[in-house]
Parts: sequence; structure tokens; C-alpha cells
Amino acid sequence: MSITPSNDRIVSNLKKETIIHLISKGIRGDGRKLNSYRPISIERGVAKKAEGSALVKIGDTEVIAGVKMSIDKPYEDTPDQGNLIVNVELLPLASPTFEPGPPDENAIEIARTIDRSLRDTKAINLKELCITQSQQVWTTWIDIYVLNHGGNLVDASMLAALAALKDTRVPKVEVKDGKITKTQETFQMPLVRNVVTVTVGKVGNYMIVDPSLEEEDILDSKIVFAITEDEKIGGIQKIFGSLTINELNEAINMVKNSYKQLIDAFKNI
Amino acid sequence: MEKPKLIIGEKRSDGRLFDQLRPTQMKVGILKNANGSSLVQMGDTKVIAAVYGPREVHPRHLALPDRAILRVRYHMTPFSTNQRKNPAPTRREIEISKVIREALEPSVISNLFPRTAIDIFIEVLQADAGTRTAAIMAASLALADGGIPMKDLVSAVAVGKVEGNLVLDLNEEEDNYGEADLPIAIMPSLGNITLLQMNGEMSEEELKKAIELAMKGIRELYEMQKEALRQKYVLEE
Repeated sequence: MSITPSNDRIVSNLKKETIIHLISKGIRGDGRKLNSYRPISIERGVAKKAEGSALVKIGDTEVIAGVKMSIDKPYEDTPDQGNLIVNVELLPLASPTFEPGPPDENAIEIARTIDRSLRDTKAINLKELCITQSQQVWTTWIDIYVLNHGGNLVDASMLAALAALKDTRVPKVEVKDGKITKTQETFQMPLVRNVVTVTVGKVGNYMIVDPSLEEEDILDSKIVFAITEDEKIGGIQKIFGSLTINELNEAINMVKNSYKQLIDAFKNI
Repeated sequence: MEKPKLIIGEKRSDGRLFDQLRPTQMKVGILKNANGSSLVQMGDTKVIAAVYGPREVHPRHLALPDRAILRVRYHMTPFSTNQRKNPAPTRREIEISKVIREALEPSVISNLFPRTAIDIFIEVLQADAGTRTAAIMAASLALADGGIPMKDLVSAVAVGKVEGNLVLDLNEEEDNYGEADLPIAIMPSLGNITLLQMNGEMSEEELKKAIELAMKGIRELYEMQKEALRQKYVLEE
């Protein structure tokens, strides 16, 4: 059952008014422009036992993603493709509002949004991860762990997933009489398309990208767009609140003039 | 599996035009015990919804001091799909429950009932694409039937891209083999979008056209919702 959250952080009206007043002048509390991201850093290979991993920081938000590969049966409707499974954990060490336990609706929503964004844009060529058709394929497990909640978890998680995929080396296998043996050699994860998500928040009559935690507390609505390097929209998820069609169009424009900041950060790793 | 041909000339595989809804039925007050209830059927998709409340919240700590909380459960019956669906809630159902709650929340004037809960239970009886949009309309109707004050009804429909064409209100086949799917919910009189999701790929131009097409369907569905309420509440002279 999905329940109206009752553990939201409480923000004073004074603080809320200050943030909105600044935004109305085109700047944010931390000096950013409305369409600017906080500083982005990406570090690869942070978990040695994983086939691929990355630590992403966007401002105070910290997310680690690890990729593990295992050999399984393919899904019935895709016998010639590898499997892809995305999981997000909002760890209790990341925020006073996160509690231990299985992923809640927020974690599941982020995971499924990222899963769809990767899958629908065919960011990974899953056919290259097929070993023997209908029998055995690679399952790519992307586990995304939020270490510090500083706002905008979706974009940081998506970037961490993408960076971990870029970092991933898949073992080469030999098939003999239906038996599979892993070799010492590896090949690059077939990440064939770069796709990022851009989160846009609405505050009063204004739109901002990459909301910080403080800003998230006062948002009227939040919407996430997946966008490919060649500017195709690869997924949308409105996370809460409501917006008009004009506001939606405004949000799309925000996405178009800010997503390159993520792509650039990704290309520099 | 072989992809079937989904567009034949100017028509879709089930004979509909690109901008045509499936045959749709709506009815309110179908369950005796609930404070409000409804049934929405769109083609072979069939959904019922029931509303209980505003009522006391248990456990107490979930209550909010200034407004009612909404609790939404979207659930598929095991016999609603071709393969039996395990009745335990899946990740999909958890996500859909959340997006439905968030699609309804902007419409409910919840500050009239502080420290209470409004519970909305949705059961999918037949799943044939578009269950979340049918569920939203059923829930909104059940809320109205239960006398919950609202700013507007919420109407919802999906637009998809099938063999490069934008089509209204996908059926299961189109949902499975189409290139994109965009469910959208709107409070029609206010023009506020309360649910928007998209999977698949679209250009900005296609997205804008898809929303326009959805608006056409939404206007028709909004009238049907109001008509369903009139059927129960307006006495004919």
C-alpha cells in the first residue's frame, strides 16, 4: 500500500521564502543558475571484486554502483538476450529519514525508472550478452547504493549505473558440449549508447534542475526525464505533484539545456 | 516471438482508428460496504475501485496533523493475466500504487479531514494494457461516489507509438510490441497533469503530439466519468 509520507522534513516558511525569493532572481542558495548542476565527480573501479563499479558525487549526494555478472537462463520472451536487473537501496546510513528493510516504494521507483531508461534506449546491446540461445545468457546485476542523501538521487544513481557499466569487463567463456567455462580473458560491457536522467523540480512558478536536499523539501512537483546523447527522450517519470502542459514544455527545455553537463562529466572519466 | 502486424492501412489490428478509444464503460456504487466504489472497463481491461474513509488512522503515527493521508493499493488478481500472477505485491504493483496515489493526491481537498486516512483499494480483474490509467479513473470515480471533496476528477489514458504512428489507448498487443508507451493523467478542468510516465523513445516533437492526442481521449473519458456519476445521482424528471 502506498501511503502519504509522514516523515517529511519540516521546513520553516522563512527558509522556504528565502529560497523562492533567490530563485525568482535566477540564482540558487548555493550560487548556481537554475539550469546548473552541482559539481559532479565520477570515480571508477571503487569495488575490486565487482566486474564494474563507480562512485558518483553530485554536490553532497553520494552514490556507489556495482555491476556483478552471473550466468542464468534467459527470459522466455527474449531468448537471445542477456538479462538486466537494477536494484536501488536507500541505505539507513545515508539519511535520518531512511530506515532499514527491503526497498520501499521510493527505492523501487528509482530502480524501475533507471531500468526502463537503460532498457528502452537499448543502452546495452543485450544480444552480445547471450551465450547460447534459449539456454544460457549473462545476467547484468546493477546494484545502486545511496551513501549520502543530498538531493536528486535519481540523476546520481543513473550516472553511477552508467559509469559502472562503462567500467565493466565481462569474462569470456568457452562452450564445449553445452558446458560453459570462464576464461581469464574479458571483454568490454557492450554499452553502446550514453543515456542520463535529468530531474527537474517546480517551485512556485520556477523550474530548477538538480534540486539539492534543501530545495527538494520545498518542491511543488518533480519530474525525471531520461535523455540520450543524441537528444532523444528515453523515458519520463513524474515523481510527485502536478504540472500544466506549459510547465511540462518548460521542463523539457530545461532538460535540453542542462543534460550535457552530465554527459560531459561522464565522458571525462 | 514474431511481432504481429499492428497497423493495417489507416487502422489498427483491432479495427480502431489511431485516435479512437476502446469501448468504455463506467459505473459507480457497485459495492455495498465501501463508502464509494466504481467499475471501469476499457476494452478487455477491467478494474474495480473502492474507497473507505475518511476514517481513523491505524497505526496512529502515520496521521498528519493538518490533512488526511491517502493510502492506495493497486493490485492485480491472479486470474487477471494469461499466466497466473502470484498474488503477492510485485515491484511493479508497488510502483504503480505510488504513482496512482500521487496522481490522485493533487485532486483531493485533504485538509478538510486532518488526522484521518482515505483508503483506496483497486483490483484489476482483467489486464489488457492500460490498467493504471483505468485504475486512476476508477479510483477518482470512487472518491466522488464516496463524497470526498475534490478539485476535479482525474482522467487518464495512454498514448503509444506503434510502427512509427501515435495511437490512443493501447491494447495489450500494441503495448507489448509498440515502441513507446506514455500513460498520462490530468485534472481536465484545471489542466494539471498528475501522472506522466513514458517508456520507449520519442523525440520532443512526438512527445508534444502524443500529449495532444491524449488530451483528445481525456476529454471524452472525462465526459464518460461525469455521465457515470449522473447515472447514479441525477434523478430524471
